[in-house]
Formats: sequence, structure tokens, C-alpha cells
Amino acid sequence: MKKNESYEEFVKGVWRDNPVFVQVLGMCPMLAVTNSAINAIAMGLATFFVLVGSSILVSSFRHWIPKQVRISCFIIIIATFVTIADYTLLALVPKVHKELGAFIPLIVANCLILGRQEAFASRYPTRLAVFDAMGMAAGFLLALFSLGAVREILGDGALFGVKLFGENFEPWVIMILPPGGFLTLGVILLFFNWFKYKKDEFLAEVAEAERSS
Amino acid sequence: MSASRDTASPSSLRLVLTLAIAGLISGIAIIGIYESTLPTITANKARELRAAVFKVLPGVSQMQALVYRDGELVALAEADKDESVVYGGYDERGEFVGYAVPGAGPGFQDTIALLYGYVPAEQQVVGMEILESRETPGLGDKIYKDAEFVAGFGALSTEPEIIAVKKGSKAAPNEIDAITGATISSKAVVRIINEAHVEWSERLPPPGSEPALNESESGGTGAGR
Repeated sequence: MKKNESYEEFVKGVWRDNPVFVQVLGMCPMLAVTNSAINAIAMGLATFFVLVGSSILVSSFRHWIPKQVRISCFIIIIATFVTIADYTLLALVPKVHKELGAFIPLIVANCLILGRQEAFASRYPTRLAVFDAMGMAAGFLLALFSLGAVREILGDGALFGVKLFGENFEPWVIMILPPGGFLTLGVILLFFNWFKYKKDEFLAEVAEAERSS
Repeated sequence: MSASRDTASPSSLRLVLTLAIAGLISGIAIIGIYESTLPTITANKARELRAAVFKVLPGVSQMQALVYRDGELVALAEADKDESVVYGGYDERGEFVGYAVPGAGPGFQDTIALLYGYVPAEQQVVGMEILESRETPGLGDKIYKDAEFVAGFGALSTEPEIIAVKKGSKAAPNEIDAITGATISSKAVVRIINEAHVEWSERLPPPGSEPALNESESGGTGAGR
């Protein structure tokens, strides 16, 4: 029973309530750093660390933080984790840090993170908050990666820097430029909405069949 | 903490204290991470610079920083902030090979910082490495991702100056093929090198009288020897 609950919270973030494809949150890093798969993954992992870390703290201290100053407290916690992530990336993987540049400090402003603290971590026990944060962050990572992979394959003819096509492939440069981000995201959102529409239709059919039998 | 305390309006003091404590803890955490990563970050930067010097000057296995002071180049481990520095490259016998000259200037989006290798005996640029740039991904960033463009700096005459030409139309030894779709970035790289070259050409000593390699190697000037 308990296990199921945690699992539910996790899967919810990855698929049903995917922060990007369903809630349409965190668009800024989503569009900005997904020009290659590796950047997307680095950003996803940094966000994962910040989101899970701050969710644990916010959820553990939820009774001590007066609600009048909760948003400021959340931001202080988030900003601290972001700074830690920033310096750690700079020390361990300077190349990736160089590519992501200003977007690491900007994780603070990712509304997905503050949103989860306000909507979930500050109201639920730590264990559930951790699973919720992990689910949401995994969903975000998945979304970033799918966008980054599509854009890198089409725009650069490569994945993780490995060339996939022969010499004759003409890179579709617009895909790694900002418009490519909007185009790819648009198509993926279209798919998700179509999928939801089909699912609702199917559920309605099942309900209909059950009632008539 | 009881539920009643949560619902009752807390005193201002408590609000201020909560934020102050949160800020304090956060500050301590940030100082901790800064202090613990600083050595790695500085070491990374030094190693990157070393690697870049060896890359832009093929055949070089030792280097030292040279500071331009009072009209001549001096081998010094540490320079003042406003002093100009070049890096002298030497082969394994300690013979002078060339200079690695840093340069910076406006690119398409932000400052481009680079390092180029210059062999004064041949009046040639022998290598170029971008240290810092924020050029457009996929277009401008080819100034360091496009191997062909970077290789173009492998043997490039600086007389009278380097010129970026349309891709495929390189005809003279001082011309380099610009990157299609990244003309501004390519030209910026060329301009930065030209400007740095003009600035340094009057400061560098005549070929043959370059400062000798300091035996104690850069970093440990004279200490304990």
C-alpha cells in the first residue's frame, strides 16, 4: 500500500503530470539549453539535484516555516542548492558548465521547482515529497532529453556528438537555433494532447461497453 | 510545533528570525562549497591554459609566462592585473619555439577570448584555440567546433594581415576560409588575432633574442634553488 503510494507520486511526474508536456512549466531552460542531448541531460540532472534537495528540506521544515515568509524561505533553499550545483559543475565538468552558462544560476527562477515546493513539498511528509520531486525531475529530464535529442539529430546530424549520418547529410541548422526549440516542443505537445484525446475517447468507449453489457 | 501555532499569526520577530537563520545557513553552505571547489576550479583553469598553449604551439613541451614590463619581456610567474602576458613555448631541449598570445574582442554575441600560437621566425600563426565564447550554437560556435576552420590557423601568414575570405576561395598564405553561416564570428576571430598581433609585434624582441626558459619552470621561480 505504502509502496504503491510512492510509486504513484513518482509516475505522476514522469508521465501523467509531466511538468513540461502536461503542465507546460520550466519553458525557459526547456527552450534554451536543449540544442544538444548532452546539454539537456546536464541541465536535467542539475534540476533533479536542486528539486530533490530543496523538496527534502522544505518538507522537513514545513512546520517551522511560518507561511507568511514561506516563499522567501523556499527561494533561499532553492538558491543555495543552485549555487552548490553551479560550483560543483564548474569544478567537475567545466566544459558542460561553459555550454550551459547563465542557465545554471537561472534554475532558481524555474517555476517548476518553486511550484513543487508550494504545491507539494510544503504540505506532505518527506518520503512522499522526495518521490514527488524525483518523479517531476525525472519527467523534466525526460522532456529535456527528448527535445535535445530530436534537435541535435536534425540540426547537427549527431547524437551525443557522434555523427549519425554520412557526409551528405545537410544539417537542419534551424533546429538548434531558438525557433527549432519552439517547433520541436510544439510537435511534441501536439502528440501529447492527441494521445490524451485518444485515451479519453478509449475510456469513454470502455465505459459505454461496460454499461451495455 | 502545534497546529495552533501554525494558524495563529506569528510575531514579526519570528518571521525575521526565520529568514535570518535561513540566510545564515545558506550563506555558510555557499561559503563551504565555494571554498571546497575553489582549488579544483583554479587547477582546472591552469591546466586548461597549459593544454591550450601546447595545442596552439605544436612541438612545444615546456612553457613559461612572459610579462611585458618596462619595454621588455620578463619571465615571471606572477603578473600584475593590468600587465600584458604572453606565454613562451619551448621544446624539450629548452629551445624557444614561439609565443602563445592571448587576445579578446567582441564576437557576434559576447566577448570572444582566444589564444593563438605565433612563431616569429616564420611570421606565422601556427594554431588557434578559443578559450571563451558565447556564439550562436550550431553556427557561431563552429569557430571552435569546426575542425577545418581551426586547422586553417595551422600555417597562416600574418603579413600584411590575416584576411577571412569566402569558404573555398583561399588563395594566399594570409587568407583563411570563413565558416559558411558564421561570417561575423569568423571575421571576429581574425580581427582579434590581427589586433593582438599589431599590439604585440612591436613589443616582441627580434627573433633569436627571446627570453630563455627559466630553469625552475613557471610557478616555482627560484624558490629553494
